[in-house]
Amino acid sequence: MVTLDRKLVRDLWRMRGHLTAVAVVACCGVAVFVTMQSAYDALVRARADYYDRFRFADVFATLTRAPVTLLPRLRAVSGVASVDDRIVQEVTLDVPDFTDPATALVVSVPDEGRPLLNDVFIRSGRYPEPDARDEVLVSESFAHAHGLRPGGTLAAVINGRWQSLRIAGIANSPEFVYVIGGAGVFPDDRRYGVVWMTRTALGSALDMRDGFNSVAIRLAPGADERSVIDGVDEILRPYGSPGAYGRDEQVSHAMLDGEIRQDRVTGIVVPAIFLAVAAFLVHNVLMRLIALQRGQIGVLKAFGYPDGRIAAHYLKLALAAVVAGAAAGVALGDWFGGGLAAMYQRFFHFPTLAFELSARNIALVVAIAVAAAVAGAWPALRRALALPPAEAMRSESPPTYRPLLLERLGLASLLTPVARMWLRALERRPLRAVAAILAVGFSCALLVVGQFGLDALEETVRLQFREARRDDVRVALREARGPSVEQDLAHLPGVTRVEAMRVTVANVRNGPRWKRVTVMGLRRDGELHRIVDARGAEIPVPANGAVLSASLARILRTHAGASVELDFLERRRRQVHVQVAAVVDEPIGLFVYLERDELSRLMGEGPGYTGAYLRVDHDRLGELYDRLKHLPAVSGVTLREATIRSFLATIAENIRISVTILIAFACTIAAGVVYNGARIALSEQATTLASLRVLGFTRGEVSAILLGEQAVLTAIGIPAGLLIGYALCGWLAHLLETDLYRLPLALEATTYGYAGATVVLAAVVSGLAVAWRVRHLDLVAVLKSRE
Amino acid sequence: MTNGPLPSAAPSAQAVFRLRGVSKTYRMGEVEVHALRGVDLDLYAGELVVLLGASGSGKSTLLNILGGLDTPTAGEVRYLDHDLANAPEELLTSFRREHVGFVFQFYNLIPSLTARENVSIVTDIAEHPMKPDAALALVDLGERLDHFPAQLSGGEQQRVAIARAIAKRPDVLLCDEPTGALDFATGKVVLDVLRHVNAELGTTIALITHNAAIGRMADRVIRISSGRIVAVEVNATRASPEDLAW
Repeated sequence: MVTLDRKLVRDLWRMRGHLTAVAVVACCGVAVFVTMQSAYDALVRARADYYDRFRFADVFATLTRAPVTLLPRLRAVSGVASVDDRIVQEVTLDVPDFTDPATALVVSVPDEGRPLLNDVFIRSGRYPEPDARDEVLVSESFAHAHGLRPGGTLAAVINGRWQSLRIAGIANSPEFVYVIGGAGVFPDDRRYGVVWMTRTALGSALDMRDGFNSVAIRLAPGADERSVIDGVDEILRPYGSPGAYGRDEQVSHAMLDGEIRQDRVTGIVVPAIFLAVAAFLVHNVLMRLIALQRGQIGVLKAFGYPDGRIAAHYLKLALAAVVAGAAAGVALGDWFGGGLAAMYQRFFHFPTLAFELSARNIALVVAIAVAAAVAGAWPALRRALALPPAEAMRSESPPTYRPLLLERLGLASLLTPVARMWLRALERRPLRAVAAILAVGFSCALLVVGQFGLDALEETVRLQFREARRDDVRVALREARGPSVEQDLAHLPGVTRVEAMRVTVANVRNGPRWKRVTVMGLRRDGELHRIVDARGAEIPVPANGAVLSASLARILRTHAGASVELDFLERRRRQVHVQVAAVVDEPIGLFVYLERDELSRLMGEGPGYTGAYLRVDHDRLGELYDRLKHLPAVSGVTLREATIRSFLATIAENIRISVTILIAFACTIAAGVVYNGARIALSEQATTLASLRVLGFTRGEVSAILLGEQAVLTAIGIPAGLLIGYALCGWLAHLLETDLYRLPLALEATTYGYAGATVVLAAVVSGLAVAWRVRHLDLVAVLKSRE
Repeated sequence: MTNGPLPSAAPSAQAVFRLRGVSKTYRMGEVEVHALRGVDLDLYAGELVVLLGASGSGKSTLLNILGGLDTPTAGEVRYLDHDLANAPEELLTSFRREHVGFVFQFYNLIPSLTARENVSIVTDIAEHPMKPDAALALVDLGERLDHFPAQLSGGEQQRVAIARAIAKRPDVLLCDEPTGALDFATGKVVLDVLRHVNAELGTTIALITHNAAIGRMADRVIRISSGRIVAVEVNATRASPEDLAW
């Protein structure tokens, strides 16, 4: 070991406190990068592999029914590589030992061979036997939620007939990586699942032996999706198709895509914050070290050490800390990544989701960390190199201070001498102060952002599922029924209020812009489903005209008072113009709301309802469920509160884990910045502080003087951080916004309070750790020391 | 010059400090350093004492013990009725705070505070302090109240340091080579300030130096060598700092 490296080792040991702070912050940044980047890679890889091996379709369409003789025409559409026709139907399930009615999407699979597209992956058991008509495959999430295994049974009401089913196997398909109910937004594994049944069995049950009501299409390489969709629509429209759609509107794919996008954003933004803070800390430490070792640098230069050697010497110090932190971060990221993969398995069902630490990611993040260290070190190194040896060996000229801006404004009397010390020190190095404020601010902002997901979710649930919706049960009917359905449902056990509604699908158009959306026909004086905006204000259902979701209005570039065209896609196609009565800002979905009978009229039909909201006497829920499970007219039942609760319980657990990690990480920044700042202040002000101790100041008083500067930085950093946090949340909301979902920028006051309090706590703890060192100030040496 | 019982300038005056058999041993690595070896010393109210000795003689150790910055390995140290030899850290801090003013060789002013603020930071925690402006006027710096240390000459900085030390009206002023960093003329100005403080406020002053000439302005000169008091000289008349030469 050359002598200069011996010095390096000793400097490393002497500066271990400062450098540990750097290493820990770098570690967090690298860990987040490794976790999120590996999660991103894992999801992208698993998805590509799954879609490829199990032949996920590119275009989908549903219809009322069409004869299989139509298929050659579909295959002939230019750009179509293959077409798979199937039967798909939502049914009510009766699961043993489960009171609530559950809903399943039954999807047909060929009796022999495998589906041409959207093939099933069999987790356990086997494919149904061709002649065993009651054998089915059950989706893994649903089976898991109910403890169902191959060989077990469940029952379904298919086409109004109660039918017992035997479970041949547990399966997944690329179409249902994320399983979500037709009417739901949130997954509810206990109440919604997918069941695959042989084509012959389902065809007989639904009287659709030679027909189909759903197609999946794979595009030929280079084919234009839009033109294929147009071609397919032309063929299927007469058969009640509301229009084909691509993967971007396929729910499972869209949700998965959203998650992948989020991983990408988190994996870039969060590590960038941490590594910027690490660079800042490196900068502070090296600036101080080089100031302290000015004389040594002068001597080394005087003896002929080249600048490069000296720069490398100090750079190695920074790199040692950052690289050590990065190594720990890779290990930590690997561990977190395993946990995240396990969490993903609960929401996304892949045959395998392999979380791998790739050499590429490690190399990339280490390179970024090293770049951050070099960037942080550079100004300090440049300062060391610029020193002529003779000047370096002289002690640094004393720092110059000047009166504060506040004092120049004549407000000096507001400040005690100690407060002036703090503020003048900050004013003398404004860039360092701003950087420290930003670093503390970002730690606070991260806490706000971490909590934002939960706040946004709660706000969404509150607005759209608690304020707007007051029903206990939503019933979907197999087909539209006349007005008498309200009385029929009212007679069910425990039902205290019924509000029937009509739901349909339409292309809504404004000039060249159009969008396929759900049209909701609601009751005018309804209580169970109201239209409520982001501020919680109710917008009455208009007698004439439509209310549009704000996101939809934005897409169409329309506004209240304008007129849009509704192109109803169900059955008889019909185009009408309606006036936009109002635009409602709501977080989820693109909807057109109309008065329910007005909707029927516009569709050219008499009053008819496709479903109903029920308010129910909770004591009689069991009885009601039992009846609903067996009602032939009912195709699906959604329990609002139960779904929300089960979803929140699952997500809350996940959020708790990630929020805990985030708190720890954000505290690391705050603690690292305060600790580092205080250590450097202690080093810079040791003589002053020891002098004050000699003059009779107590340890407490001296500690207060020492930490005041950090306290001021923290006190400014926190409100700045809350603002940054709010802005970051807004940016994230914008970045992650889709047509279907928007994160409401509703941050709870408690979120700000908790973020601020956490940063204060982290700052206090690290401040006290430094204050402890005040004990070791050498009071005797100071009598002889020259600053 | 006499040996044996320690003479005092004013035997009738009250002894504020009373040291008996004070020894101080440091361990420096493998070596034991005997900084003080059985020192007996009394300091009297209102006197100006110069502790004279070469570097390494033990004079700084003695000053540190007087100022409550250090405690002896053996022996008795009393300040009036306070036992300084066995006092815990908190009591030593309050002793320094209430009774002692320090003047350092390198001034040790706080660079981010003006002259006035350097004084007021101390008067803020004192019981019956002077006004900072008055303390600065006493050292003849009434004109430069709002200057920062970097804007003052060495002599001016040392005068601020003296103002800071006397502003809380300490009973004792301990000065460690107060002219060590100053040129001849400036050094004499600072010494004159100390003389003035001693005369006007009656503050007991102990000043350590290796400069024998300064001894002429003292009531007593205590010579220290190898950790022992080797001589105590009483000056019949104190020279004015102006007349000193070195």
